[in-house]
Amino acid sequence: MDTIADMGGMQGMGSTKLNDPFEGPFDEEWQKRAFAMALLSMRTSGTNLDTFRWALARQHPLDYLLDGYYGRWLNCAINLLTDSAIIAPGAVEARARKMMGEDVEEPPVPEPNKPDYKPTAAGSIRKIDDPPKFKVGDRVRAKLMSPAGHTRLARYVRGHTGVVRALHPAQVLPDTNAHFLGENAQHVYNVEFDSHDLWGPEAEKFTVNFDLYESYIEETV
Amino acid sequence: MTFQPESSRLPIEVRTEALESILIERNLVDPKVMDTYIKMYEQDVGPLNGAKVVAKAWVDPEYKARLLEDGTGSIAEMGFKGPQGEHIVVKENSADVHNVIVCTLCSCYPWPVLGLPPTWYKDPAYRSRMVREPRSLLSEMGLDLPDDVEIRVWDSSSEVRYLVLPERPAGTENMSEEQLAGLVTRDAMVGVAKVNVPETV
Repeated sequence: MDTIADMGGMQGMGSTKLNDPFEGPFDEEWQKRAFAMALLSMRTSGTNLDTFRWALARQHPLDYLLDGYYGRWLNCAINLLTDSAIIAPGAVEARARKMMGEDVEEPPVPEPNKPDYKPTAAGSIRKIDDPPKFKVGDRVRAKLMSPAGHTRLARYVRGHTGVVRALHPAQVLPDTNAHFLGENAQHVYNVEFDSHDLWGPEAEKFTVNFDLYESYIEETV
Repeated sequence: MTFQPESSRLPIEVRTEALESILIERNLVDPKVMDTYIKMYEQDVGPLNGAKVVAKAWVDPEYKARLLEDGTGSIAEMGFKGPQGEHIVVKENSADVHNVIVCTLCSCYPWPVLGLPPTWYKDPAYRSRMVREPRSLLSEMGLDLPDDVEIRVWDSSSEVRYLVLPERPAGTENMSEEQLAGLVTRDAMVGVAKVNVPETV
């Protein structure tokens, strides 16, 4: 799905400044709790890191932007826990309103419904037997596709041609793993794109190196 | 998820507390485990790890060659590994080539060597513009690169994590590995700054 999370090349986002390099990672206390709960929610909901990123990406764009980084982690945790029926839809909001002194009824605890899913190993890197389809130096095209679910094929590289610069270890395919449709481990290629191919002749001169799963790319004719 | 208009949005800190209270009362999370994770990334795992790797590479050419060849293994040698560090690739900056790291799709970052990402790395401005106009964005962030320097942007779109090996600044020839590590900043290891020598040294 083409979500707000896919930000590469969007315009109108303003500018940013460096902060104190010695500042810690959290600005506020609640961010620490949201961070830890979100990490733990993967296990509690019986899901995985790809499901986690999907639960981050599919938030409403306004929530995604207004709640900030750890706010969207909290929303992600709620998405994962609600999807696996660990908590009921609306449970967090009801509890929050109660904590704020409102007289609300909380939804009953649902019957858990975790996905029928188990990883074949820890992490995302896998050994596979199939030889890689492409080699360093090949010109390849990122496919034009827009799947209904999770993907790591960013919009800004789709349909563009680049050069394979490196082969990475084979990895679990996020598109299927996020939805418990199999790990589909495949070769991952580092592909270099020229800025003028991505953004036209007026663009600054630079290269972008983007990691593409084998099923994201095709030979150029 | 349906968007709630501003007037009915609940404060994020209350929603966070609400989820925590639900999970704790049902024994679904252990607050002690939460505290362990928080402490790990507040105190133990941060950019000092990466700075030690960089300083070692600066003083030990053999280590540097290994680091550029096998980032994960050479970093693990120094004791740094863990979540978001399954496969780390190191890119060397020089007078001619400037590497910089981004994650346009979320905010993937090499946790074992840099800790959790800083605010600007997660900023939509950084995520959207680094792959479209890196020279302008770097300049706005305080790094003006000469026109003939080649910019290479690394978008962390798979589980591979990138780390920049910054250029060793001139005037540091007599410094020890430990002193050098003290100069290396998080920003330089992402590629949005250079390593500078403080004037007092």
